[in-house]
Amino acid sequence: MSTPRVLPVGEHALLVELPDGDAAGALHAELLRRRAAGTLPAVTEIVPAARTVLLDGVADPPSLAARLTTWEIPPLTEAAPETVDIPVRYDGPDLAAVAALWGVPEDAVAGIHSAAEFRVAFCGFAPGFAYLTGLGDRYATPRRDTPRTAVPAGSVGLAGPYTGVYPRSSPGGWQLIGSTDAALWDPHREPAALLTPGTRVRFVPRAPR
Amino acid sequence: MTDRALSVVRAGALTSVQDEGRHGHAHLGVPRSGALDLAASRLANRLVGNAPGAAVLETTLNGCAVRPRCAVTVAVTGAPCPVTVAGRPAAWGAPVRVPSGAVVEVGAATRGVRSYLAFAGGIAVEPVLGSRSTDLLSGLGPAPLRDAEVLPLGRPEGGHPYVDWAPAPGVPDQLVLRVRPGPRVDWFTPDAPGVLAAGHYRVSSASNRIGLRTEGPALRRASRRELPSEGMVLGAVQVPPDGRPVVFLADHPTTGGYPVIGVVPEPDLAAAAQAAPGTPLRFALAHWS
Repeated sequence: MSTPRVLPVGEHALLVELPDGDAAGALHAELLRRRAAGTLPAVTEIVPAARTVLLDGVADPPSLAARLTTWEIPPLTEAAPETVDIPVRYDGPDLAAVAALWGVPEDAVAGIHSAAEFRVAFCGFAPGFAYLTGLGDRYATPRRDTPRTAVPAGSVGLAGPYTGVYPRSSPGGWQLIGSTDAALWDPHREPAALLTPGTRVRFVPRAPR
Repeated sequence: MTDRALSVVRAGALTSVQDEGRHGHAHLGVPRSGALDLAASRLANRLVGNAPGAAVLETTLNGCAVRPRCAVTVAVTGAPCPVTVAGRPAAWGAPVRVPSGAVVEVGAATRGVRSYLAFAGGIAVEPVLGSRSTDLLSGLGPAPLRDAEVLPLGRPEGGHPYVDWAPAPGVPDQLVLRVRPGPRVDWFTPDAPGVLAAGHYRVSSASNRIGLRTEGPALRRASRRELPSEGMVLGAVQVPPDGRPVVFLADHPTTGGYPVIGVVPEPDLAAAAQAAPGTPLRFALAHWS
């Protein structure tokens, strides 16, 4: 793996830039391993994103930056530590549009989507909103030209290389292919988010209502 | 009327419950939230004998009025403003004993934006992920105050106020924010840091708890590339396509796709929280270690 590029962020944070999302996921996993082992200096936040990992609340950023670049970081393993199954009714309002974009029959979308193995690359946009990778470039999907003012909670959508599930109703421009009853966000649960960075995810088709 | 609670008589333009915020959940998309002027909220707590992280009320421009249902010590800090208890003038920036049932009126800010009203024992709404703060971006924590709403108060910890009166920094006529360049300064034209440092900016009326928006010279990007979403920090100076820098405050999103040209250090953000729309703003580039 190539050496990560470490960018300064103010006085107490570092942004580690990697070549791609898998490398960012591998660094994130390594950071969690080192934190669990007690060998990572104290940080308040470890925030993975599309191809970066942000470390915030770092006491001595230059020292951590120098150490980071010497780490041997194993690639992400195929063996999933835990897999979350999300039951989905593939009945979204953009199903036909997505089928047309993919060049497949409408009734093939569910099979293609549910056959993929997903990983939570990162969370953002709203508490518990996870950006899932795994569908592959072949099925990358542009956002809707006009975002919806209200997307119902539990909607399963596609945008670019990502799949996401809306934890609660909000405006949104993702192409909606289905819906789930899974509780994506529950502040009384630990962790509150069902889908945390690094989690492996499968979507399991259910009969439409 | 002896239960430990208060009723809201006048909610004001935007009054919210705030403490030191929700830390350690940014990877789940949870903003940090918390009082925008942390120095002022901590001082208010100190004046009533609370721990610094007790929940207080944060007002916006025109204050608020509440009626405690029990005798309680309160203190108002942050933006200077008239304070009355049962219609009589009371001290700002000092502990004030309020009888049960008397209305505490926090008046409109004479300078600055946000006043803080602390109660001995703190506001005792149910914490969410370890914090009682209202997060206006993601809707976590209690909703902003509404007229006639009732909020629970905690039991005083028995701590006596450490001070009778405390000096507080005034609200400056001009806001100066230091900026440490990075992480995406290379996404801008080479003259952009100079434009930021030399520019006469003003605080925009579109500013809120999420970010301090600005009016002034635009910073131009070196290319039209799209930046994949990346983690954001408090104080990040993010530059949207219109080129006007936005300084991220406590309710900022945890990830964002506009490049960050630099970061304002946390101690400077209390002044940013008190800068009313129209306040002249300068950025001072800093290269501290």
